[in-house]
Amino acid sequence: MNVVTPFEGIGASVRRKEDVRFLSGRGQYTDDINRPGQAHAWILRSQHAHARIQGIDTAAAAAMPGVVAIYTSADLAAIGGLPCGWQIHNKDGSPMAEPKHPVLAEGKVRHVGDPIAVVIAETRAQARDAAEAIIVDFEVLPAVSQTTAALAADAPRVHDDVAGNLCYDWHIGDKGAVDAAFAAAAHRVVFETTNQRLVPNAMEPRCAVGDYDTTTGEHTLFTTSQNPHVIRLLMGAFVLQIPEAKLRVVAPDVGGGFGSKIYHYAEEAIVTWAAAKLGRAVKWTADRTEAFMSDAHGRDHVTRAELALDKEGTFLGLRVLTHANMGAYLSTFAPCVPTYLYATLLAGVYSTPAIYAEVKAVFTHTVPVDAYRGAGRPEATYLLERLVDVAAKQCGFDRVKLRRRNFIATDAFPYQTPVALQYDSGDYFSTLDQALKTADWAGFEARRAEARMRGKLRGIGISTYLEACGIAPSAVVGSLGARAGLYEVGVIRVHPTGSVTVLTGAHSHGQGHETTFAQLVADKLGVPIANVDIVHGDTAKVPFGMGTYGSRSLAVGGSAMDKAMDKIIAKAKRIAAHLMEASVEDVEFERGTFRVAGTDKTKTLTDVSLAAYVPHNYPIDEIEPGLEETAFYDPKNFTYPGGCHIAEVEIEMETGRVSMVNFTAVDDVGRVINPMIVEGQVQGGVAQGIGQALLEACVYDQDGQLMSGSMMDYTMPRADDLAPVSVATHTTLCTHNPLGVKGCGEVGAIGSPPAVINAVVDALRDYGVEHIEMPATAPKIWSIIHGKSV
Amino acid sequence: MPQVTLTVNGKTHTVEVEGRTLLVELLREKLRLTGTHVGCDTSQCGACVVHIDGNSVKSCTTLAVMADGASVTTIEGLAAADGTLHPMQEAFREYHALQCGFCTPGMVMSAVDLVAKNPQGLSEQEIREGLEGNLCRCTGYHNIVKAIAAAQDVMHGKRTSIAAAAE
Ligand code: FES
Ligand code: FES
Repeated sequence: MNVVTPFEGIGASVRRKEDVRFLSGRGQYTDDINRPGQAHAWILRSQHAHARIQGIDTAAAAAMPGVVAIYTSADLAAIGGLPCGWQIHNKDGSPMAEPKHPVLAEGKVRHVGDPIAVVIAETRAQARDAAEAIIVDFEVLPAVSQTTAALAADAPRVHDDVAGNLCYDWHIGDKGAVDAAFAAAAHRVVFETTNQRLVPNAMEPRCAVGDYDTTTGEHTLFTTSQNPHVIRLLMGAFVLQIPEAKLRVVAPDVGGGFGSKIYHYAEEAIVTWAAAKLGRAVKWTADRTEAFMSDAHGRDHVTRAELALDKEGTFLGLRVLTHANMGAYLSTFAPCVPTYLYATLLAGVYSTPAIYAEVKAVFTHTVPVDAYRGAGRPEATYLLERLVDVAAKQCGFDRVKLRRRNFIATDAFPYQTPVALQYDSGDYFSTLDQALKTADWAGFEARRAEARMRGKLRGIGISTYLEACGIAPSAVVGSLGARAGLYEVGVIRVHPTGSVTVLTGAHSHGQGHETTFAQLVADKLGVPIANVDIVHGDTAKVPFGMGTYGSRSLAVGGSAMDKAMDKIIAKAKRIAAHLMEASVEDVEFERGTFRVAGTDKTKTLTDVSLAAYVPHNYPIDEIEPGLEETAFYDPKNFTYPGGCHIAEVEIEMETGRVSMVNFTAVDDVGRVINPMIVEGQVQGGVAQGIGQALLEACVYDQDGQLMSGSMMDYTMPRADDLAPVSVATHTTLCTHNPLGVKGCGEVGAIGSPPAVINAVVDALRDYGVEHIEMPATAPKIWSIIHGKSV
Repeated sequence: MPQVTLTVNGKTHTVEVEGRTLLVELLREKLRLTGTHVGCDTSQCGACVVHIDGNSVKSCTTLAVMADGASVTTIEGLAAADGTLHPMQEAFREYHALQCGFCTPGMVMSAVDLVAKNPQGLSEQEIREGLEGNLCRCTGYHNIVKAIAAAQDVMHGKRTSIAAAAE
């Protein structure tokens, strides 16, 4: 019988169902999958940022041991380019420039890592050896890697048919209103900054295994993806022209994504195509060096912002000009990141009445840039929260009071911003107050003085932020240029003996869905989580779903499950009414038990499910047998998590090294299903945010060489770079989804970078610095303290 | 081709390898022990850590031939034969010290060796420093540090179980 004790439903910190598998080495990641007769692919990539390919000589390579085949773009003439899933329109209404993104380079390479040829051999080592023997005749061309330089009149062109390397020139907001606000302002504050390029670096490198059944003509792709259905749609319909019914995409256990595994990548198409061509499975696994030059990067904005304030500090207007680097080609969702996931967030938590933002997206000879944890929202938050601190300093306001003065009032929801979004709920005052108290903001000066006695510079910084996630109403995103809907699917299958299988289009790659989603079922249907199995990541099992990104799994995917459970309950009540010889209106249901209201007549969910599948005594003319329901849920709005992050740092004067000493996060993520998992998500997000603030930078030189192309050159946060993070939540419910949830996957990475930089600048307040660009590395800070450059 | 004879999780294997074959390749590809992962190619991440004769070693930076005659323990061999988890595995679960699970096998193997080599017990800061060779992109390490601190109490006999340490 299904009895839930102890409580495993909404709000319980249930230990994760998936952990034993991962802790004992029994996870099934893509690279753990080996198909009978499998061959191995190695991809020859460009070492140049920009070059014309005069010729490719594969003769020597083809003769090497174990080589099965070598393919270049000439062999792929019949297949399409990699599609872009979001079309932005220019200010004048014309569509963005959308140059072809070939699977293998056609005539030219446009970034270091651009794939040129693929070698397929019996072993990975043989494929790699042979790739090294391919001779490519390059004519090296001048390249441009920096965002603003790409727009210069004499800049090398990335695509011959894209003048000025301009992908789009877009805007949002009311320019006239902003101009008027500035004309009337007492204070005008200008802030310029670069939000540096980052490499997502999920610990599992990407991998793809293509397989083909010569008997049935069925293609299978196992891939490290956050959204297998999206890959099936994009690759099947646009690249390889394989009908959905003949293409199965499986994303098994995936070792972290952070956005980088949303996109459809060339290697997926290559192994799927080659497997069919050769009639045998083909596996490709990236090594880390390849990941650096082929996984989509994140961020890379250059921005100038101006804030207009009145005498008392009320924000009157905000004007923003951002240059966003798209890299050499448009990755799947790249165009929407600096527009609808960034500029629409520029109101933040403030009631700024007039906002105008222009975004120019440019092509450069670099790896494509797309969504990375937070995607646009960290860039917006960083800009605003640094700008507010700069304004406080320049105009002589207290930085906390200035924020509080401009917060959207708690009774002003739903709140329409001047940049399209309508926030449904929030309480920025409470998250601020709670964070100030937890971080002992009031007692900070004593800690600063104490640190000074130890020869350390101590600083404290704050960030009050908001983000939009749970993407998003299909009709809305459609009107903004999305070439997909953004609903989610959930299937609830109650088995004859009362255990439950849930099929979801969301995908778990660390988020713990197998646990959280089971808790939803435990809470509503009263089935113990041990009897609830969550199935995801396989297009052959799950109906079409959109996958996991933008903190949408629970808000959209969970809501779909909730809706499907409503259908289950409605049907089960009718069956229970029959079994109890009552009228359906009189049947109540709570956590696994049906009761005739006001009586002690009950039936369990198991009684009902058994009757549904063994319909001997059953109203077969009125109710179909079986107990399985599908729901598609299309969200009504974004959800709007927000909160307050406070960072406390100490700087060692001799070296300039910054140490995190305290970090406080108070987040409103809506209703919390599993507090332990929420805390873990925030901790992980904050670690990535601190990484951006202090350590990480993807560096290209002027000529487009990738200077930070390995983990020896790109600084990943390690355990001793970080400090304990205190995580708390303060909940206001989302008003438009049935669970009241908002999402917690990205808040950490969104709120934290400006808190850390604000703290670093505060620590250096005696040195006359107004701003320090991320990452705030020891050499930069040492130069400030010692008044000379390193 | 050279032959390597080694004991892995108590079972002896003789395998033909290329001179350049890495220990992690032998484990994953020849023995199909896929619990040991590869997360980088510059010996930075520690996803590949196994024990060789009781010492934690990066199997991506060890040639298979170097393990000839050795006794290797991988994550698959850490739990008791009846499936009872090692205290470190138990602690990782109790303290939510893993998310995607990719770094986890290496993290756990490193942590077991770190604790075993420090019977005097480690402070939080020492644990953080002891994890210098392991990267995790998901957790922010905080819960990993807590898990290791709890596991060391059990491994050193100061507490009887992880559940007791978690109180
Ligand atoms: S695989 Fe990264 S250190 Fe071994
Ligand atoms: S749990 Fe994902 S890398 Fe550590």
